[in-house]
Amino acid sequence: MDTVTNVSARGEIAIELRGITKAFGSVIANNNIDLIIRRGEILALLGENGSGKTTLMNMLSGIYHPDSGRIYVNGNEVFIRSPQDATRLGIGMIHQHFKLVDVLTAADNIILGAGKGFLLRRNRFEEARKVAERYGMYIDPEKKIYEMSVSEKQTVEILKVLYRGANILILDEPTAVLTPQETQRLFEILRRMRDDGCAIVIITHKLNEVLEISDRVTILRRGESVATVKTSETNAAKLTEYMVGRPVTLKIERPDTKPTERLLNVYHLTVEDEDGVTRLDDVSFSLRGGEILGVAGVAGSGQKELCETIAGLHPIKKGAILYKKENIEGKTPREIIKLGISMSFIPEDRLGMGLAASLDIADNMMLKSYRDPKSPFTPRKAAEEMAKEVIKKLDIVTSGINQPVRMLSGGNVQKVLLGREIHVNPSVLITAYPVRGLDIGSSYVIYDALNEQKKRGVGVLYIGEDLDVMLELCDRIMVLCHGKVTGILNARTATKEQIGLLMAGATTNERYGEEVVPNE
Amino acid sequence: MNKAATGTHMPRFHIVKRVEMTRGEIFILNLYAVLIAIVAGGILIACMGINPVSFYGTVIVGCFRSALSVKSLIRIVIPLLIASIAVIPAFRMKFWNIGGEGQFIMGAVFASYVALFFPEGIPHLPLMLLMAIAGIIGGGIWALIPAFFKCKFGTNETLLTLMLNYIALYIIQYLRDGPWRDPAAGGFPKIAKFPERAWLDQLFGVDISWIVAVLLVIFMTIYLKRTKHGYEIAVVGDSVNTARYAGMNVNAVIMRTMFLSGAIAGLGGMLQVSGEATTHTLSMGIAGGVGFTAIIVVWLANLSPITTVAVATLIGMLDKGCGVAESTYGLSSAVSDILQGIILFTVLGAMFFTNYKIVFRSKQSIKSHTAAAPGGENK
Repeated sequence: MDTVTNVSARGEIAIELRGITKAFGSVIANNNIDLIIRRGEILALLGENGSGKTTLMNMLSGIYHPDSGRIYVNGNEVFIRSPQDATRLGIGMIHQHFKLVDVLTAADNIILGAGKGFLLRRNRFEEARKVAERYGMYIDPEKKIYEMSVSEKQTVEILKVLYRGANILILDEPTAVLTPQETQRLFEILRRMRDDGCAIVIITHKLNEVLEISDRVTILRRGESVATVKTSETNAAKLTEYMVGRPVTLKIERPDTKPTERLLNVYHLTVEDEDGVTRLDDVSFSLRGGEILGVAGVAGSGQKELCETIAGLHPIKKGAILYKKENIEGKTPREIIKLGISMSFIPEDRLGMGLAASLDIADNMMLKSYRDPKSPFTPRKAAEEMAKEVIKKLDIVTSGINQPVRMLSGGNVQKVLLGREIHVNPSVLITAYPVRGLDIGSSYVIYDALNEQKKRGVGVLYIGEDLDVMLELCDRIMVLCHGKVTGILNARTATKEQIGLLMAGATTNERYGEEVVPNE
Repeated sequence: MNKAATGTHMPRFHIVKRVEMTRGEIFILNLYAVLIAIVAGGILIACMGINPVSFYGTVIVGCFRSALSVKSLIRIVIPLLIASIAVIPAFRMKFWNIGGEGQFIMGAVFASYVALFFPEGIPHLPLMLLMAIAGIIGGGIWALIPAFFKCKFGTNETLLTLMLNYIALYIIQYLRDGPWRDPAAGGFPKIAKFPERAWLDQLFGVDISWIVAVLLVIFMTIYLKRTKHGYEIAVVGDSVNTARYAGMNVNAVIMRTMFLSGAIAGLGGMLQVSGEATTHTLSMGIAGGVGFTAIIVVWLANLSPITTVAVATLIGMLDKGCGVAESTYGLSSAVSDILQGIILFTVLGAMFFTNYKIVFRSKQSIKSHTAAAPGGENK
C-alpha cells in the first residue's frame, strides 16, 4: 500500500488541489486554483512576486489553511492543519529562509524534531551520512551550520525533509542565494530525486531555470492559475506573456553615455560588523558620472555594508571614501547631507530603513529635507507638492498623499523611495536590490528611471541579484565574494559563467574601467 | 485507505487576517468593547445583589449632583490628564515610559523644596514660576536617567522607569521622616504645609491647573503634528534605522523627548502639590497612581492628545462616581478598580479584532465536505 516512492508509481498523481481559495483581508492571494503534482516529475510554479505561489505551497505544508477548496494526497482528501500533518503525508517544504539551528551540527539539524526519540543517538552522524548518500549528496554531518556556506545549508535543509520521509518536495526560490555553479549542482540533485520517483515543485520567477529544470510549468498570475504547459512545448517569451498577461519585450535598454569625472573613489575600504567580523576587505573602486556600476555577489558578500558605509551609516575600519575631493570618512549621515554632497541611497530594507511605514507619503517625502526651513515647523506643504509630483511621474497607485506607506504594494513602495531620492537631483545614486519583489512592469519603470539618471550624468551604483538583468543594464560589474573584490568586468562582454566563478571566489586581475590610483 | 490521510478532521473555525480597519470602525469596535465591559460589570454588580441600572445611575449622578462634586471630579481629572499628556510623546517614540508616576513625584518634590526653603521675601508670582521651573527640572531629570542609560548602554527602559517610581516614592518618605519633617507637627511624621504665597491661584472656584492642562493639550497636539521635533519622534518610533538613514541623531531625539515627557509630568506634580487637592503639601499619596492610570488612558486614547481629554474625563468619572456609589451601597473601594480593569480588558482584547477575524464553518458544510470525499478520486 505504501509504495508511493516506488519507480512504478511514476506519473501517478501525488497531490491534487481543487478550487483552492485563500484571502488575506481584502487581498485574494489564491483564487480558485486547481493544480496537479505528479510523481517522477518536476513541476515549476512560475509567477511574479505576489502572484500567490508561496501562499499556495504554504497551504500544502500546513502553515496556512485554505478558505475553501480541497486537497487530495494520493487520492484521499486531507486537511493539513500543521507542518506535522504535512510531514506525515510525506510533504516537505524547503523555505526561502532556512530554518536551521546555527550552533548545531548538520546531523543534529537533520534528525532534530523528527520524532524519533528524545535523546541524541550516537549513530546520528552515520545515519545522516546514509541519507545523504542515498540521494547522491555530500555533507559533513559533524560540521556546524554556522560554518557552512549557503549551498551547504540548503543541502542540509533538503536532507532534513528527506529524513522525515518526504517524497513530495517543495522548494521556494531555491536558487536565489546560489551561484550559477551551485545552482547546477542543486539541479543535479533534483533530477536524481525525480528519477527516484519523488514529486518535486520548484517555486521560481526565473524563466531560464524553469526551462532548464522543469517538466511542466503552472503559471500563476494575481492569485489565479492561468495556464499549465509542458516545458518542452513552450519558450521564454510565451511564459512571460502568461506571467504578465501581455507580450513584453524582455530587452533592457542600455543607453550609451560618455562617463564623466570620478565622483566616488573608494580606497582599500575595510569594514567590520558589530561582532568584529570583517565584512569588507580592502575594497577599492571608483564610480564615474554617467555610468551604472553593478555589484554582483552571493547574498551577504558585503553588499549591505558597502552601501551603508558609503551612506555614513557604518564605521570604517581602514581605507577611505572620497566624494570628488572630499573625504567622507567619519562623517555622520547628516553631515554628509549637510556638506551638500548630493548622494542618494536606496536601501535594501525599504520599510525598515528607507521609509517610515506608518507615516503617509507626504511625510516620507520630507524625510531628508524636513530640516530645511528655519522655523521649528516641518515643510509639510512643500512635501505635499513633492508627493503629488512623484506620484504623477512614477505612476504610483495610491488613494492619495495621505495614505500610509505600509498600505502600498511593494512596487509602489519602491517607487515612493526612488521618487524621493531622484527628486533632489543627486549626483551619486546608490541602489540596493531596487527591483526585488517587483513585478515585471514595475521593474521596467525602475530600469528606465535609473537609465534616465545615468543620462543626466549621475553615477549609479546598482546592487543586484539577477545576473541576466545586470549584464543588460549595467556598464561595468564589480563582483564581491566574502567582502573582497574578485574582479571588475565590462558588462558588455562578460558572461554569466565568468561572473559565477568570481562570485564563488575565483579572482581575476581584470579591473575594467579603473585607473591606476595615484598614491596620495 | 482513509487511515493514510492524516488530519482528516476538519477544523470548526479558523482565524483569518482582515482588511485594515478605518479609524471610524475602530472607534465603533471600541464602543462595543466598552458596552460589553459595562454589561459584564453590571452582571458582577447584580451578583452582589445590587440593581446594576441604579448603580450606574448613581455613578453618573454622583459626578454631577452638586457644584462640589463637579469640582472634585475636576480635581481628579486634571492631574490624570497632565500625566497622560506627559507620556504621549514617549509612547509615540515607542519608548515605554512607565515612570510617569515617579516623574510626577519628583516634580512635586523639587517644587516643594522651593516652596518650603526659598527665602520668605520672594513674592507670590515669581515664587510660583520658580516652583514650576523646579518641577519641570525634577521631572525632566527623573526621565533623563533611564533615557541616558538606554542610549548609552541599551538598558531596558520599562524596567528602569518602573523602578525609579519606587525610588521617588521612598525619597518622599525619607524627606518626611528626616530632613523635611515638620517640627510643629508634634512628633507626627509629616511635611509642613506650604506658606500661602506658594498656593496655586484659583479661577472659577478651582485652581488654575486646569488652564495649564488645556494649554498642554493644545501644545502637544501642535508639537506632534506640525513641528520638526514631532516629526522626528514619529520617525524614530516607526524605525530607528530609518531615522539614522535620514541623518537624525536618534539618541538626542530620545533624550530630548524623554526630558519633555518627564518635564510635563513634573509640572503636573508641581501643580498638584501646590493645589488644594492635596491641601498644599507634599505627602506619600501625592501622585496616587496617576502615572500608572495615565498609561491606560493614553492607550485607550490611541496616543491622541485630544482623545485623551475625553478618556481621562471618563476614567475620572468612573473613579469619582464609583466612589459615590460605593458609599451609597456600602461596597468596597475596589469596585471602581475592578470596573476599570474590565474595561481595559475588553478594549485591549478588542484590538485583536482590528487585525483578525474568526471564520466559523457551519456543521452542514463540514458534513457535506466529508460526504463528498469518498476516498480515492483518482483520474
